[in-house]
Amino acid sequence: MKTTGLFPLILIFLGGLVLLFIISPLLGMFLKTSPNALFETSQDPEVIRSIWLTLWTSMAATLVFAIGAIPLAYLLVRKKFRLKQLVLGIINLPVVIPHSAAGIAILGFVSRNTLVGRAASLTGFDFVSTPAGIALAMAFVSLPFLINSAMDGFSGVPVRLENAGLNLGASPSRVFVTVSLPLAWRNIVTGLILMFARGMSEFGAVVIVAYHPMITPVLIFERFGAFGLTYARPVAVLFILVSLAVFIILRLLTKDKSHAKD
Amino acid sequence: MLKIERLTVDMGEFSLQDIDLQVGKGDYFVVLGVSGAGKSLLLETIAGIVKPASGNIYLGDEEITHKKIQSRGIGLVYQDHALFPHLSVAENIAYPLKSRGLRRKAADQVTRDLAQRMSIQQLLHRKPGSLSGGEQQRVALARTLALNPSVLLLDEPLASLDVQMKKDIRRLLRRINQDGMTILHVTHDYEEAITLGNNVAVLNEGKIIQTGSIAEVFQHPRHAFTASFTGIKNFYSARLIPPETVAESDMTRALISPEVSFFLQDQDFQGNGFIVLSAEDIIISHSRQDSSARNNFPGTILEISPGMKGYEITVDIGVPVHAVITRSALSSLHLLEGNEIWVSFKASALRFIAV
Repeated sequence: MKTTGLFPLILIFLGGLVLLFIISPLLGMFLKTSPNALFETSQDPEVIRSIWLTLWTSMAATLVFAIGAIPLAYLLVRKKFRLKQLVLGIINLPVVIPHSAAGIAILGFVSRNTLVGRAASLTGFDFVSTPAGIALAMAFVSLPFLINSAMDGFSGVPVRLENAGLNLGASPSRVFVTVSLPLAWRNIVTGLILMFARGMSEFGAVVIVAYHPMITPVLIFERFGAFGLTYARPVAVLFILVSLAVFIILRLLTKDKSHAKD
Repeated sequence: MLKIERLTVDMGEFSLQDIDLQVGKGDYFVVLGVSGAGKSLLLETIAGIVKPASGNIYLGDEEITHKKIQSRGIGLVYQDHALFPHLSVAENIAYPLKSRGLRRKAADQVTRDLAQRMSIQQLLHRKPGSLSGGEQQRVALARTLALNPSVLLLDEPLASLDVQMKKDIRRLLRRINQDGMTILHVTHDYEEAITLGNNVAVLNEGKIIQTGSIAEVFQHPRHAFTASFTGIKNFYSARLIPPETVAESDMTRALISPEVSFFLQDQDFQGNGFIVLSAEDIIISHSRQDSSARNNFPGTILEISPGMKGYEITVDIGVPVHAVITRSALSSLHLLEGNEIWVSFKASALRFIAV
């Protein structure tokens, strides 16, 4: 479509400014990081440990909480009940509250002098300053991304198809697994990736629940505080590169595995 | 076989009220109604998808009103087929078989047999989205038949098909019924009812207003809605005048308009209603015929158009009257639009429906 006149130019100019605002700091960070510094950082055991810890705790948080979050999304789409709007608001609460406050809330819930913390300690389990605590903090702030995306997916599945499944003799659980889930899969995968990504990038909540062991965002903060920008920057660049690689791989793995909606 | 007693379904702004239906084993029963009459809702209630407010549904001797959808043994074919888009045709057909726990080998065999019966063997590996409307309908039928249902519910199965596909699916449905399947088919098209059904019910605004054999309902509509809906074009609102008030005749007369009135057989009723006249009962001639027909009117041909049973001629006799004549009658009488002709019909051909 051909566009003429001043208005499209204004749109392009304003949009370009926003893009520039996103690209410039990242590009500057990449350009200011020498290949040597990047290589040395990639050999640093502490950095490697922290990246690995960040990746697996976020992945574990995503997968473990998906077991409950996906059925919850389905229920919220399909069932009508009183206080549904309140439940929807609660689900989105972690997005709007400061993440440091979320960290304080989680710590208050799982620290060793709480009921949950004491019960966990009795079974030899601990949340404070452990990968489990990190995963918990990541999940708390990133769950809304999965639930909302899965809800979008389930809303797009025609109820008629689920009824057809029931009419064809399938149990409700079989209809969920064979009809609803595959048809909402595209949105669910997007939600899983978003939750994983959001978990990986979390700092505020994690730093309060578990400063140690150090996930990469905490390590970047620490190196910046202790040694300055020059030392923190290569870790940040390496983390961004690893994150990008992980997302590209995930996208490729899930490409075309999903199905068009009816 | 399928018996529905005083079924009421309340959907807020719309409701099905006191529905009584009885579909015999092996019957092809058609429920006829305009869009929004409650046809799909009726099928969904029978299938168990919608819960009724009151009333009972029986399948054979068993009451199934509150039975689970998945164990009713009633197959529903949706108007838009509701095929699972992420599954192949074979997987769609095998879906009810796997739900029943049939082993893969046995399920494959049944799927192939059904595909052959529906003439869709070549489509088994395709996805529903790549199929034509007629092919999708065949797949939907095969999938529902795989359930081995006691009753097959069809929601407007011919609605979205072209003329040729309609013919093919109609033939297929007739064959499925002849194989012993009890069918309850809902449609807005009275031709479907005539060509497929043994019995018919007319549904209007959530109520069954007439039930009976096709001949009973179409030839003797007991309700104004039925008469108009079943495609009877000579349908007039009228006021009956009893014989004693008509000076020139000893017959009952129906006033159609200030200028036009028809003679009809004596009626017990006086007052307002509708007059129904079958287009086949009208005789067209160039001059007034000396016959037993009590109604004779001069008129002008407004329109001649080909119809299902020959040619439909619309004549203005003060009100438009529709007659059907054969092609040979049309050519031998040399009828053309604008011609002055005579229209005659017997008083006994008129049917009065009181309101």
